[in-house]
Order: sequence, then C-alpha cells, then structure tokens
Amino acid sequence: MHGSGIPIWFFIGVLLVIYGGLIFGYGLVELSSGAYPAGVELTNLHAPIWWGGTLAILGVVYVVKFRPGQSK
Amino acid sequence: MYGLVPFTHAASSLGSLPAMLAFSTEPLAHLRTLDIAVIAIYFAMVIWIGFYLQRRSNTSEEFFMAGREMTAWIAGLSFVSANLGSLELMGWAGSAYQYGILATNWYWIGAIPAMVFLGLMMMPFYYVSKTHSVPGYLGLRYGKHASIVAAISFAVEMILMSGVNMFAMAVVMKVVLGWDLNFSIIVSSVAVAAYVGLGGLRSAIFNEVLQFVLIWGGALLVPILGLVQSGGWTGLKAKIVVNMTSLTGVRPDSYFHIWRDTGSFAANPMGVHWTGIVFGLGFAISFGYWTTDFLVVQRVLAAHNLRAARMAPIIGSFFKMAVPFIVILPGLLGLVLLQNPDGSRRQLVGEDVVNSCVAPTSGGPVAEQAKCSAAMASTTLSDDYKQKVLNGAPGMELHSYNQALPLMMVRYLGPGLLGLGITALIAGFMSGMAGNVSAFSTVWTYDIYKPLFNNKGSDSHYVLVGRLSILIGVAVSIGAAYLVMHAHGIMDYVQALFSIFIAPLFAVIIFGMFWKRASSLAGFLGLLIGIIFSASLFMWVKLDPAALAHVALSPDAKPMAENVYRGLWAFIFSALVIIVVSLVTKARPDNELEGLVYGATVLPKEEPVPFYKSEWAWAGLVGIIFIALNVIFW
Repeated sequence: MHGSGIPIWFFIGVLLVIYGGLIFGYGLVELSSGAYPAGVELTNLHAPIWWGGTLAILGVVYVVKFRPGQSK
Repeated sequence: MYGLVPFTHAASSLGSLPAMLAFSTEPLAHLRTLDIAVIAIYFAMVIWIGFYLQRRSNTSEEFFMAGREMTAWIAGLSFVSANLGSLELMGWAGSAYQYGILATNWYWIGAIPAMVFLGLMMMPFYYVSKTHSVPGYLGLRYGKHASIVAAISFAVEMILMSGVNMFAMAVVMKVVLGWDLNFSIIVSSVAVAAYVGLGGLRSAIFNEVLQFVLIWGGALLVPILGLVQSGGWTGLKAKIVVNMTSLTGVRPDSYFHIWRDTGSFAANPMGVHWTGIVFGLGFAISFGYWTTDFLVVQRVLAAHNLRAARMAPIIGSFFKMAVPFIVILPGLLGLVLLQNPDGSRRQLVGEDVVNSCVAPTSGGPVAEQAKCSAAMASTTLSDDYKQKVLNGAPGMELHSYNQALPLMMVRYLGPGLLGLGITALIAGFMSGMAGNVSAFSTVWTYDIYKPLFNNKGSDSHYVLVGRLSILIGVAVSIGAAYLVMHAHGIMDYVQALFSIFIAPLFAVIIFGMFWKRASSLAGFLGLLIGIIFSASLFMWVKLDPAALAHVALSPDAKPMAENVYRGLWAFIFSALVIIVVSLVTKARPDNELEGLVYGATVLPKEEPVPFYKSEWAWAGLVGIIFIALNVIFW
C-alpha cells in the first residue's frame, strides 16, 4: 500500500509464516512417526514439508522486507 | 464476485446448489484440529486487519475509495481477486471436467483483451473524472436519470448477490464439511460486516489480496501433485484420450483444444461456436464485465495515480492468464485420477442425477430406484457402475461436477494443507461478499442517498451512512440468503440480473466515453431499453427452452452458448438505440464533456518512465503471451 501504516504484504507474510510453520511442523511429525493420513495420495512425496517450508520461507521474506517502520 | 461465471455456467451450477442439500449426508472431508486452527487463524487475521484499518477510514475518501492510495500491484491483485471467488473456482473446475480446456476461453479471450483495454483506454476517463463509481460516471456523462437507473440496478444486484454468495458458501460448507447452514451464514456475515464496516474499501481490498495469496497457497499443490501422479501433461492427455474415447460424442482430444473444434456447435463438448466466443464472450460480455462492473472497477479507482490505475488491470491480466492452472487443470486431472474405493474411475455427473439418487441417511440402496435409473440413463456410467449406485455400495455415491475441486483437494491434501485449501474457499466466499457489500455501500451513499435524499451532508455524515449501509446491506443479504434457501427458483433470476444488465451498460459507457455525439437521452434510453431487451431474451428462453436455438443461432447450441449470444444481441440492440436517439436529439457541448469523453479531454501528461515501467510495454507483453497461449492450445 502506498502511504504510511502496516503494508498488506506484512500481514500476508505473518499469515504465511504461521501457516507454513504449522504445516511444516506437521510434516515433520508425520515423517518421524510414519503415520500418514488415510485416503491421502502421494504421501511419500512429503508435501507438507516442502510446501509448508516454502510458505514459511516466503512469509519470512515478506515479514522482513515489509515490516512496519521499514522505509520503502 | 462471480465474475464471468454467472453469464454462463454459474447460473446453472448455482441454481442447482439447493439441490446439493438433498444429498451428501456424509461430508466429503473431515477436518482435524490443525485444519480448524488454520481456519480460525484466518478469521482472526481478517478481524485484526479490520480493526487496524478502522483508524484509517475516517473520511469518505478513505472509507469509500481507500484513500486512493493503492499501488498498482495491490489494485491489480485486488482487481483480479474480486473476480476469483470460490464458486468460480469450483464451477470452472467442474466445467473443465465436463468440457475440457475449452473452459479456459473464459479466462483468456473472455478477460485479457478487456482488462488491457480498460487499463490503456478507459481508465484515463474514469480516473480523470474523479468519479466514485461507475453509475457516478454515467451521472457525469449522461445526467441523473441514467445514473439512477444504473445505481438502483447495481445496488439491488449487489445485495442479492451477496445473499446468494452467503447461501452458496453455507451450502458448500455443509456438503464438503458437514457444517450447519445457519452457523456458516452467521459466522461469515458477522466477519464481513466487521471488517468492511470497520475498514471500508481499504479493508475489502486488503482481504482480497490476502485471499489471492491464500487461493494460490491452498490450491496450487493440487495440480502439481496431480500432474506428478498422471505422468505430466503428456501422460494426462494420453489417459484422457483412453478414458473418453467411448464416453462422449466428440473427439476425445477436443478436451485439449480451445479453438480447433469451435467451427460447429456439435463438434465440441460445450456446444458453442467461435463466433459466440469471440464476439459474445470476448467482446460484449467480457468488456461489459471487466470495464463497467463497478465491483471490479472500484478496485482500480483506488489506485494512487493515473499510471498505477492503468497498470493495475495489466498486472491483473498476467495473473488472470495463470488462473487456469489452479482451476481448469484440477478439473482435467479429476477426469482420470478420481477413483472410487474399489479402484474404478470415479465419474462425476450433473446435479440433477445426484439429486435423483439420494440414499437413506441410514445407508443402503437408493430410495427412489426408478427415478435414479432414469436419471442415470442420460449419463455415460457403465451398467455395473449404475447398479452399484442403486445398491448403495459403500463409497459409490454419486458426486457432481462442481465437487471436482473439493474431491481433488481431499485426495491430495492431508491435515493442515486441507485446512489451507478450505480456508482458500472460505476466503473466496467472504471476499466476494465483502466486495458486494463495499460496492453497494459506495453506490448507495454516492449515487442514491446523496442525489435523492440528502446532498448537503457533511463528510462524516456520508461515512456514517456508508457504515450503516454496510450493516443494513449485510442484514438484507442474510435475508436474501434465507429467501434463496426457501425459494430455490429465484436463484436463477438473481444470477441472471447480472448478465442481463452488463451488456447494455457496456454499450452506454463505451459510446459515452468515445463518442461525443451520444446524448443524455440516448444514454438513458439505451440503458433502460437495453436492459428490458436483454431481460426479454432471458425470459424467452426460460419460458421456452426451444428458443435457445434462435438466440444462439443453432439447434445444436447448448445452454453455455445462450448467454454469450444474449450478451452480444443486447449490446448491439443498446448500441442501435444510442445511435438512433443520439442522431435525433441534441448533443451536449464539448466544454461540458471535458474529462469524460475522448476528443473532448486533455489527458494529464505522465512523466516519462523507462520502457520497463511503461504500461504500454507491459500490455505488449501481455498480448504476446496471450497470443502464444492461444496458439499453443489451439
């Protein structure tokens, strides 16, 4: 957003960090326990780990780049 | 929010939503704690944004126009996101399952040229006139009468659409998750009223951008994993050809071509002709929607300068071209990947068939065997498959085309990821409602309340009216949602309002913007008579389905073709009214048209920028990609 205040990208970053962290964490638990949800395909690809990780990294980039008080 | 869907597909798919309540006693998905947490965090975030933005929404310019300080990126993403609702995602995934990538035309030729035209040619007039709304522009160009007709039509349509959206969300949540209808309606309406009422348009735009990211984050994984499992694009095509060879009356490879088989209505699964796609969809309907529908145009009007306003639709068009990857592709993948518990290919069917084959809640054979058999006779299900359905074999219940996307999500998304996918759907619904309500609030305050009831109020008075109109709008939407719930037939008509209105409105605006001779009376009559003409065509086909052959110019035309041709005829009719009336009435003098009409307006000079920041350069790139995509998927 143009002007002062918290940019929308910061909110998005926060949300991605939270979501990515939760999904990545679940993926690790799933991997370590070997207990995969019934009925879900391609669990061998461990999508929660790499997808959750990607979301979290993207979120961190946005949070850092657009944190409040950061000049443009 | 329904974007281009209502013109064609959603009118039928949404009309059948109430029927979805009649079945699916067992929800498609079961959420775990992690999924619930993901959804709860989303609600907390949107409410937080609403409260945060409240203090920046004190003046009318801030509340209704987001302070006109959005960057091109935010305005562009919001512009395209306002059209990317959950029903659009689910509806078009279902369409892709039925018709193949022909449905992609609604994303490419049905959007891209119009978006670029809006940015390059029309935004200067919208922006320079400093109008708050599209009816506001009509008021400046043609006078009060045309503006009032447009404003009232638009306000009624927005509020009804919000109610339909609310109801549709409740139905989908019930079918997919088993949630209570009242719970979904109340939670979504309270959340929307809170964040739009607090933060105004800025809050709606923020949440649309958020929704856009969530949709990609939640839905992109499905086609990626689907392509992995199907052996890539080549493997998918090979499997579809094998599966579809014996099932349809058209060539199976028609599923991968967007133009090749549109030379005749009968040669493609959608039953449309290229003339309807190019002139009806690609011109009358697409330009009507993307350049005159205030719900989307309002997002661009919030840009912080003219260059940003021109760039916003062009930025949006890049993302629009990519949307088929998360909408059309999952539908195609569903054709070959969805399976029944016994390993056989799961075939989706129409809502009418599903509704005819309801099993008792306690399980067991289908209740009305004869009705179900008759309904299934029109499908390509095998006899063995039909018998299993009739017997109520475990896991063999029928699912509709519209459930292709949720079924694909359930197939690939485990805990957390499924919650993210569901959150994307909820976000799509809620931002749809928010878009409708925020646009209603602006049109009500500026184009109805101010000119008709009180034009001497203070700025804070109009902000208060805007906030109250949001609360009242949400309350009326809830009423509309329950009305639709109890009178299912009106849904078709509510959806049709939108498609009936848009082509005449486009004719009036495009002539008003590019033809100085267009007179005030011509604008008013062109809009009014055009709407009546368009509504008459709709009612003609509604009352006599055989009339479709006349409206769409072929006995082989299918319902998909009706709206594209109706839009085209309505545009042509309105254009003729405008031309004829203008030629026999007095035009406004040039000096009154400054800032409103091409040829009477000196556009502000924009500072020169390097080519990579020029909207013309980016529009050129959009054009190249657009042509390339159409050639590749010819």
